[in-house]
Amino acid sequence: MTTDSGTEFADTPDFRKKIRAWLEENCPEDMRDGAGGEGEICWGGRNWTFASEGQKLWLERCAAVGLTVPTWPKAYGGAGLSREQDKILKEEMTKLGARSPLDSFGIWMLGPALLKFGTEEQKQHFLPPIARGEIRWCQGYSEPGAGSDLAGVQSKADDKGDHWLVNGQKIWTSYADKADWIFALLRTDRDAPKHKGISFILMDMRSKGVTTRPIRLISGASPFCETFFDDVKVPKEQVVGEVNRGWDVAKYLLTHEREMISAGGQTMGAGRPLGAVLADSETGASDPVLRADAMRTEIDALAMELTLERYKDQAEGGQGVGDASAMLKYAGTELNKRRLELVMAAGGSDTLAWEDGRAPSWLRTKANSIEGGTSEVMLSIISRRILGLGA
Amino acid sequence: MAKLIQTEEENMLQDAARALLERSAPVSRLRELRDQGQTRDDALWQEMVAAGWAGILVPEAAGGVDMGHAAAHVLAREMGRTLTVSPFLSTAIIAATVLRRCGDARSQAALSDIASGSRTYALALDESAKFNPEHIALKAEKRGNGYVLNGEKQFVVDGSNATHVMVLAQGEDGLCLFDLSADRAGLTRTSTEMIDSRDAAQLVFENVEVSGDELLVADGGGADLLRFGLEAGQAALAAETGGLAQAAFEMTTGYLKERKQFGVPIASFQALQHRAAHLWCEIELTTSAILHAGRILDSDPQNATLAVSLAKARATDTAQLAVREGVQMHGGIGMTDAYDMGFYMKRARVAAEWLGDYGYHAAQVARLRGF
Repeated sequence: MTTDSGTEFADTPDFRKKIRAWLEENCPEDMRDGAGGEGEICWGGRNWTFASEGQKLWLERCAAVGLTVPTWPKAYGGAGLSREQDKILKEEMTKLGARSPLDSFGIWMLGPALLKFGTEEQKQHFLPPIARGEIRWCQGYSEPGAGSDLAGVQSKADDKGDHWLVNGQKIWTSYADKADWIFALLRTDRDAPKHKGISFILMDMRSKGVTTRPIRLISGASPFCETFFDDVKVPKEQVVGEVNRGWDVAKYLLTHEREMISAGGQTMGAGRPLGAVLADSETGASDPVLRADAMRTEIDALAMELTLERYKDQAEGGQGVGDASAMLKYAGTELNKRRLELVMAAGGSDTLAWEDGRAPSWLRTKANSIEGGTSEVMLSIISRRILGLGA
Repeated sequence: MAKLIQTEEENMLQDAARALLERSAPVSRLRELRDQGQTRDDALWQEMVAAGWAGILVPEAAGGVDMGHAAAHVLAREMGRTLTVSPFLSTAIIAATVLRRCGDARSQAALSDIASGSRTYALALDESAKFNPEHIALKAEKRGNGYVLNGEKQFVVDGSNATHVMVLAQGEDGLCLFDLSADRAGLTRTSTEMIDSRDAAQLVFENVEVSGDELLVADGGGADLLRFGLEAGQAALAAETGGLAQAAFEMTTGYLKERKQFGVPIASFQALQHRAAHLWCEIELTTSAILHAGRILDSDPQNATLAVSLAKARATDTAQLAVREGVQMHGGIGMTDAYDMGFYMKRARVAAEWLGDYGYHAAQVARLRGF
């Protein structure tokens, strides 16, 4: 990937000034509205239709200098920024109201897993298209019989010598109907203990034998699908990490997902500050119960923000977050549900018409404490692995 | 912005503090004092003074170690763990912070006395059942070069033992703050027998004559000056309360692992596991708020109100949860006086009220967050 020497950020001493100037110069006008709702996201991929010329330009310009994946190494399409620099970038983007140029499961989940477990060849092959928004990924984890008990996956990949033969069914595969590739947990050894017989396998969704069917949710939207594999042939080299050690990759990736979901809790859905939500409400000033609930939620949200900060500081100091990501996931998602309950209560009957848009956000948050491990699973992880309260 | 993790220096301070307190001020010491009807432990205070704790916020020029608020919070948290009885918060935190702001020779001398352990303070502020520093009735009337004080104060923590009292009073032109020795004509101190077995007193001022020298700030400046002391005290109390919650939590999980019912440790029951895990999450969130308050007080004390109130509100709430869950998960033994959990519950209730309760600090947060 080519990087213009005038836009090398990683080693710039006055990074903030440089990045601000770059954003000012390159962020298209219509990408400066601060929007970040589900409908405004640029997901990229083979079949992506840009919502506007601005969205296309913004993606291309950011991708050219590695800013779609700022902290990834330059060799794989990133900008090689440190966490501190990434934080400054985010702050400057927020100041400008700049939208995220590209979001995807490739960036959030597969990328970090490949960076840790992938071969050099896999990194070279799969990461740059993610960074450029050319390939959109989905995640094939849950199955009808393997939800909280994820390690119970039954979909299988049989070793046929020169390829894997994949059969089975996945569920809750987000945007599988729009994705180009899928990373999936598949059983490669049926005789091993359940955690020890799973592999992490990458598949092209165009492969013969892959079909998807969207699931209509209570919010009216269908972001999740059922995905079926029927004698799908998969090249042998598309296993990430060791065969039968896919659970290690999955666990690492789940940690990332949990941190992401908990961080998203701050902005997901109606991300307005609660003070503004209350001010707009007819009874915000006079309803003591609504006000008290909002105050309590605001206090907890601030403590949550600081905890995310603290955990990042810990991780940077080499202490890692590890199992404590379960705490971020639990607290962050439960908080987000409370926020949206307040948004609905503050808005009253105005929120009850579908076209108002708040109800789908509210309903969407109910999945936050289910996806990526339920709140109850998080509490069990905490009590067993952190507190040592075993059976 | 400083990182939200303890520095190496803070870790060392924590180890030293824990060692000293486990040796000289375990919870059994509080029990002993209570059984003897005592609310002071002079030997312990002198040990703290020798360790430099009394001067933790005192400039080196005045004999202190001047380590800052975050370091003071490390000490406060350790004291919370063992429910230590000492005038640390009133003296080394609140009074020292106020006196530092004054900067005159008299305050310098007072700071030296704090660091050397020769004087202790109590803050006389509350006049009713709820913390309300804006509504003060105790009257300060000018007479010659001095003042005459008339009125009453209640819930003056450390009020019967302290050698000095900081008094918030209503002057002719607004709130003023006095720093006076407690042993004087017209000032009656009556100990209150508190549920947490510590010192608190009711103070009655009857024509108490004070010199102009004992006035720290007049003409409405009292509230401004005191704000720094209060916020320092609130944050340190949050840290102490956080330590209390952590210790109550550890005591509880320890018991879950050891207590057997139906032939198995009760820690194997998911109903209890999840409650313990939830409590741990709450403690984690509160820990972040406390660390943040310490960093802000050290870096930007002019703008610390939000951080401090957030910490005090969270700590208050978390400690209440920790002691409620502590007693419930212990079952019957948690209700007995012979077991320590009750001490934690009573201390948490006192800490909840002192220097502003959850509602007071939640309102501060709401105001600063545009509610």
